[in-house]
Amino acid sequence: MKEFLIGRLTRHALPHEWFTIGGTAAFVLMAVFVIAILTWTKRWRWLWNEWLTSVDPKKIGIMYFLVAGFMLVRGGLDAIMMWLQQAISVDGAHGYLTADHFQQIFTAHGNIMVFFVAMGFIFGLINYIVPLQIGARDLASPFLNTLGFWLYVAGVIMVNLFFVLGGEYAATGWLAIAPLSGIDFSPGVGVDYWIWSLQISGIGTTLGGINFIMTILKMRAPGMTLWKMPMFTWGSLCSMVMAVMVFPLLTATLFLLFFDRYFGAHFFTALGGGDPMMYTNLIWMWGHPEVYILVLPAFGVFAEVVTTFSRKRIASYTSCVLAMIGVSVFALSVWLHHFFTMGAGANVNAFFGVMTMVIAVPTSVLFLVWVATMHKGRIRFDTPMLWFLGFVAVFTIGGLAGVVLAVPPADFQLHNSLFLVAHFHSNVIGGVLFGIFAGITYWFPKITGFKLNERIGRYAFWCWIVGFCMSFIPMYILGFMGATRRLDHYESSTGYQPFYVLMLIGGIIIAIGVALQIVQVIASIIQKKRDTTGDPWDGRTLEWASASAPPFYNFSSIPQVTSRDAFWEMKQQGLPAKKYEDIHMPTNTASGIYIAAFAFLAGFAFVWHINWLVVVSIIGIIAVAIARTFNEHTEYTITAKEVKKIEEDRQAKVSAYRTKDNRPDMGLWEFIMVVLKFFLDAVRSKRWRTR
Amino acid sequence: MAHTVAAELELESHEAAADDRVMFGFWVYLMTDLLMFAVLFAVYAVLHGNTAGGPAGNELFSKPLALTETLLLLTSSFTCGLGMIAARRGNKAQVLSWFMVTFLLGLTFLGLELREFSQLIHEGHTLSSSAFLSSFFVLVGTHGLHITSGLLWMGTTLVFVKKRGLNRHMVRKLSLLSLFWHFLDIVWIFIFTVVYLMAFV
Repeated sequence: MKEFLIGRLTRHALPHEWFTIGGTAAFVLMAVFVIAILTWTKRWRWLWNEWLTSVDPKKIGIMYFLVAGFMLVRGGLDAIMMWLQQAISVDGAHGYLTADHFQQIFTAHGNIMVFFVAMGFIFGLINYIVPLQIGARDLASPFLNTLGFWLYVAGVIMVNLFFVLGGEYAATGWLAIAPLSGIDFSPGVGVDYWIWSLQISGIGTTLGGINFIMTILKMRAPGMTLWKMPMFTWGSLCSMVMAVMVFPLLTATLFLLFFDRYFGAHFFTALGGGDPMMYTNLIWMWGHPEVYILVLPAFGVFAEVVTTFSRKRIASYTSCVLAMIGVSVFALSVWLHHFFTMGAGANVNAFFGVMTMVIAVPTSVLFLVWVATMHKGRIRFDTPMLWFLGFVAVFTIGGLAGVVLAVPPADFQLHNSLFLVAHFHSNVIGGVLFGIFAGITYWFPKITGFKLNERIGRYAFWCWIVGFCMSFIPMYILGFMGATRRLDHYESSTGYQPFYVLMLIGGIIIAIGVALQIVQVIASIIQKKRDTTGDPWDGRTLEWASASAPPFYNFSSIPQVTSRDAFWEMKQQGLPAKKYEDIHMPTNTASGIYIAAFAFLAGFAFVWHINWLVVVSIIGIIAVAIARTFNEHTEYTITAKEVKKIEEDRQAKVSAYRTKDNRPDMGLWEFIMVVLKFFLDAVRSKRWRTR
Repeated sequence: MAHTVAAELELESHEAAADDRVMFGFWVYLMTDLLMFAVLFAVYAVLHGNTAGGPAGNELFSKPLALTETLLLLTSSFTCGLGMIAARRGNKAQVLSWFMVTFLLGLTFLGLELREFSQLIHEGHTLSSSAFLSSFFVLVGTHGLHITSGLLWMGTTLVFVKKRGLNRHMVRKLSLLSLFWHFLDIVWIFIFTVVYLMAFV
C-alpha cells in the first residue's frame, strides 16, 4: 500500500547532508520571504492576473529574465564551489567535497548554465524583442508561448528539487553519457531528475521554436521582406529553425534512456545487445547544434549593437545573413568532433574535422562584417558596445582554440583536458553570456522606460573581463600541462596548484562582477533616469519606434516598412502621423500553468515510481489541453477609441516628465549612502514598531 | 452599415490569416514529430540485429497481420479525406459519418496492434529481452501512441462538431486532424517496410 501511494519515496529521501539541508533551507527561506511580501502588499491577485497568466510576450520575456538571472547565481555558486575544492584539494588535503558530490556539482553546473541560464535569457530576449522588431502585436500562438515558459519553469524546479527530496543529482557529466547513466551504474534518482528536468523544458523549447518560426515567417509588418529583417530577428530565426530540428532528437534520446532505466530496455546498456556509443552520437547530434542555438541570437544582438553604436549601416547585410545561415547549416554536421577518440575511423574523423574547420569560415565572415561596420563609424563606447568588444576578444581566443581541437590528431592529445573546458567557456561566456548582457543593457530602456546605470555597468564589465582572463587563461595552460577535466584531487608535484588558485581568484572577481550587475539594476531603479523618447540610443530598427516601455499592443498602428533599418529611414523622412484602429488581442490564460504543473507532477511521479500519479497527471494534461483547444473565445477587441485614449493618457504622463534628465549616473559610493539612508529612515520612522 | 461591413471584412481577413498561420505551424510541428520518428527508425536500424541470442523479426512477426493493419490504416486515410471534402462543403452529417468510419478503422488497427504486443509479451518476448525487441516495441509503440492520441482528438472533435456545428474553428480543427492522420499513415508505411517486410528479406 505504501509502495503504491508514494512509490520509492522514503524517509531517506529527506535532506540529511550539509548541502541538501543548506539548499532546502535556502529555498524555504526564499519562499517564505516571497510569500510574506506578496501577502503583506496584497499582491497575489495582481501577480496571478497581470503576470502568471499573461500571454503578453513582453511580460513572459521579463519572467524569463528573472528566472534565468536567479539560476545564473545558482549555477555560479556551483562554479565557485568547484574552484574552491580544486584550489585546496592537494596531496594529503582532500578539500571539503567528496568525489561523488563534486561530480554532481559539475553536472548540475553544466545543465543549469546551458538549459536554464543561457536558454532562459535567450528566450527572454527573443520574446521581448522579436515581435517589436518585426512590427507585430503578439505571437502566432500566445498560448504555446506561455506553455513553453511554464514548462521551462517546471524544468527549473525539477533540477533543484533533489535538494529537498532525494539528496543526489546525476553524477554523470552534463550529457549523462551511457552506460554510466544506466540503471546499473547510476541506481539513484539523480539521473531521473536529470532526464525529467531536461525532457520537460526541452519540449517547451520545441514548442517555443515552432511558435517563433510561425511568428517570424507569417507576422512581419507589411513591406518587411525576409531581406529587410533586422539582424537579431535573423539570428533568432536561424536559432529557432535549428531548435526545431534538434530538440526532437533530444526528446527521443531522453525517452530511450528513460526506457532503459524504468522498463529495463536495452538501448544504451552494455548488456542485451545495447549500444552505448549510439547514445553518444544521438546526444551530441542535439548537443552540438544546441550551442549554436544559443549563440546565433547573441550574434544578432551584437550586429544590432555594433550598427547602433557605430552609427552606421551594417557593412554587408547580405554576407552577414548568409554567414548566419551557413553557421546553422554547418552546425548540424560537426557533432562527431566531440568524440574523435571513440574510434569511428580515420576517414570519418577527417570528414568531421574538416567540417568543424569549415564552420570557422562563416563565423569569421560575421566578425569581419562587424569590424568593418566599426571602420569609419562614429563609435560610442556605451556599455553594450563594451560587451561587444569584450566578446570579440574572448570569442576569438576561444574560436581559435576550437580550430586547434578540430584537428583529430591534436584532439587525441587535448580530449577531456582543461584546454577543452577553457575553449568552450570562452565561447559560451564570451559569445552567449556577453551577448545576453549586451542585449539586456541595450534594450533595458525599451523594457523598463529608463536606462541602466552606465558607471556601475562599466565596473561590472571590467570585473567580468579581468576575472574571466584570470580563470580561463590558466585553464588553457593547465590543459597543456595535462590536467584533465572533472578533477577533484591531485598531487602537488604536478605543479597545478598555483593555476587552480589563480582560477579561484578569477572566479571571485567574476562573482563581484555579478554582484555589481545586481547593484547596477537596483541603482538604476532608484535613480530612474526616464527615457521619454522611446529611442534612447538613436536606434535603427522598429522596436525603437514604439514607446518605452511599449504598450501591451506594441504599436497603435502597424508600421509600413520600406527598407532595412526601417526606423532610421522613418526618422530621416519624418515619422508618420498617428492613426488608430481596432486591435485584436489574445486573452490571458492559465491553461499553460496547469499543463506545466501536471507535466511536472508526471516527471516527479516517474522519478519516484508513483504510478497512480503518472496516470492522474497525464489525464490532467489531456483534460486541460482539450478544454483549451475547444475554447473559441481566446481573443478580445480594443476599439480605436480606447486605443486613442490609452495613447493620449500616456502622452500626458510622458510630458509631465518631459525635461531631459541630465543627472550623472549614480556611483557605487552614492548607492551605498542611498541604501543606508533608506534603512536608517525605515528604522527612525518607527513604522516597524507600530505594526 | 458600411462601417460594419468593413469591420466584418477586417475580422474575416484576421481569421483567415490565423488559419494560415495555424496550418503552417502544424506542418512545422509534424516535421519535429517526424524527426523524433527518424531517431527511432535509426535506432531500430542499428539495433535490429542485436537479438542477444533471442528470436529475430522473421520468427516473431506475422505478414498477414501487418498487411491487414496497413490496409486498415490506408482505408482510414481515404475515409478521412472523404470527411474533409464533406467538411469543406459544409455537410455536417457526412462529416460525422465519414469520420466515424475513420475512427472505427483506427480503433481496429489499434486493437490488432495491442493484440500483437500482448501475444509477444505472453510468449516472453518483452521490451527487456533484447536490444532488437526494445527498439521494436518503442518504434511501433510510439506510432501506436500517436494513433491513440489521434483517436482521442478525433472523438472529442466529433462531439464538438455535433454540438456546435461546422463553424470556422471546427473546420480548422478537422483539417489539422486530417493532416495528422495522413502523417501517421505515412509513418506506418515506413514501419511496415522497415520493420515487417525487411524482417523477411
